[in-house]
Amino acid sequence: MKLLAVDTSGLVASVALLVDDRILAEYSVDYKKTHSETLMPMINEIVHITELDLKELDAIAIAGGPGSFTGLRIGSATVKGMAEVLEIPIVSVPTVDAMAMNLWGTDDYIVPIMDARRNQTYTGIYEIDRNGRLLTKLEQCAISIEELAEEINRLGHPVIMLGDGVDRFMENMDELLKVEHRYAPAGMNRQRAASLARLAQQYYSEGKYTGAEEHTPVYLRKSQAERERENKECSKSAV
Amino acid sequence: MEVINKDIYILGIESSCDETAASVVRNGREVLSNVISSQIDIHTLYGGVVPEIASRKHIEKINQVVRAAVEEAGMNIADIDAIAVTAGPGLIGPLLTGVSFAKGMAFASGKPLVGVHHIEGHISANYIENKELEPEFICLVVSGGHTHLVRVVDYGKYEILGATQDDAAGEAFDKVARAIGLGYPGGPKIDRVSKDGNPEAIKFPRAHVAAGEYDFSFSGLKSAVLNYLNSMEMKKEKIVTEDVAASFQKAVVDVLVANAMAAVKKYGEKKFALAGGVASNSALREAMEEECRIRGISFYRPSPVLCTDNAAMIASAGYYDFIRGKRAGLDLNAKANLKIGYSC
Repeated sequence: MKLLAVDTSGLVASVALLVDDRILAEYSVDYKKTHSETLMPMINEIVHITELDLKELDAIAIAGGPGSFTGLRIGSATVKGMAEVLEIPIVSVPTVDAMAMNLWGTDDYIVPIMDARRNQTYTGIYEIDRNGRLLTKLEQCAISIEELAEEINRLGHPVIMLGDGVDRFMENMDELLKVEHRYAPAGMNRQRAASLARLAQQYYSEGKYTGAEEHTPVYLRKSQAERERENKECSKSAV
Repeated sequence: MEVINKDIYILGIESSCDETAASVVRNGREVLSNVISSQIDIHTLYGGVVPEIASRKHIEKINQVVRAAVEEAGMNIADIDAIAVTAGPGLIGPLLTGVSFAKGMAFASGKPLVGVHHIEGHISANYIENKELEPEFICLVVSGGHTHLVRVVDYGKYEILGATQDDAAGEAFDKVARAIGLGYPGGPKIDRVSKDGNPEAIKFPRAHVAAGEYDFSFSGLKSAVLNYLNSMEMKKEKIVTEDVAASFQKAVVDVLVANAMAAVKKYGEKKFALAGGVASNSALREAMEEECRIRGISFYRPSPVLCTDNAAMIASAGYYDFIRGKRAGLDLNAKANLKIGYSC
């Protein structure tokens, strides 16, 4: 199978081309330019250098969220436009699950941490079992760093952490965690489309994909206006 | 300009605010489809457009809207000559959705991509229904986000004569409508109740900006309306909503007409066009039409469906950009404050 994978959920833009069990190309950029400027030229470069005929793609995979609202939409809108023309499905992979795949093979529990602002993190807790399968201990969610630390301590198993939230929350984690813990080094501590592609291949074989028109990002959070409106409604009904 | 001896089909995509729209236009003037998915119901709950909600709705609807536009035109993507997309100005989140989608489509189909300026689109809406209209002419673009007096020198060549220094005209309509309890969207509501009011009942100021001969300012007028409402309340006197609406509307229309006609005179233009959502306002249309008639100037305006945000106007503007050789790269970015007349 041929699958193009795209991740623009965080600061890094990453694109990979998977053909059967090989990653034919991967391209990641962690630079200040916006995804809107970098993503399409990156896809173009991969297509060009691998002499890919786009018509041969079976599906396009996307980091489906959570993440930066705007980042998620740039990626999603791009692949929705491509999939519309190519008439192929979209495989939406949970962002945090895909990040956990970066650290395949470790005995530690894997904890991706993204800075979700408002003192929260987009996170989850994962284990790679003896058969190499990704098992979920805590499904991806938006919680405070204290809540995450509590959950890790409750599980009582060594952890390895990654993601752009590590820079922000490392001090908190060092203080709060009572289990053995460490942090993934550069090269495996950010979103990587190759990791996403491997999980997407599995999803695709399980029939977990949608048409281009159905795909929409999973934000895990409502807009600020909606939250404020709901709070107002709640306080009204409480009176 | 290269000579093109075949029909040119442009797929236009627009998502700069709260309308997801797509359209196929032939040779810049003939609309084959014009699909608009409005989000107005949801934004009405918040008294105005919420950018994050608008962005989310765009991404949910964009494939269906584009697909419908291509199908209604009786075509396939393969039959399209180029894709034109609004690149700015507008709300950045909503703009990025359309731009990213259009880039994905253009790349996957190998079609050329053109980035279109939203206001150039509004101006071009006039080409669609007035086949004989050609530059040069003066155009007043008035909407919820824009108030621009533009001299259209040639296709794709514009000279900004004046713009609002604060609120857009449509924004002033929304704010005043909210203050007098009419709600959102203000433009059509004020237009409707004004028909039962006396436009001379209250003397609101006609603001002329010292800096620019053709510039506008509406925040002072808005404050004058709010002050009037406050003072009436203090005095416990009855507020006649219809009169407030009609008098406010008259004040806006007077300034728009005065500046527009001054520009027409100065440049000796024989043609004048209205564009943008507020161009649907009946008082503005009637006043402009009458003033143009008196001066022997041809008056143009799009019908209401082409005044509001739509993609046919983007495809039309995109056509004239396309035949002039303008192309956007894969790094095309959306710009919230994109300047008119600059390459996207």
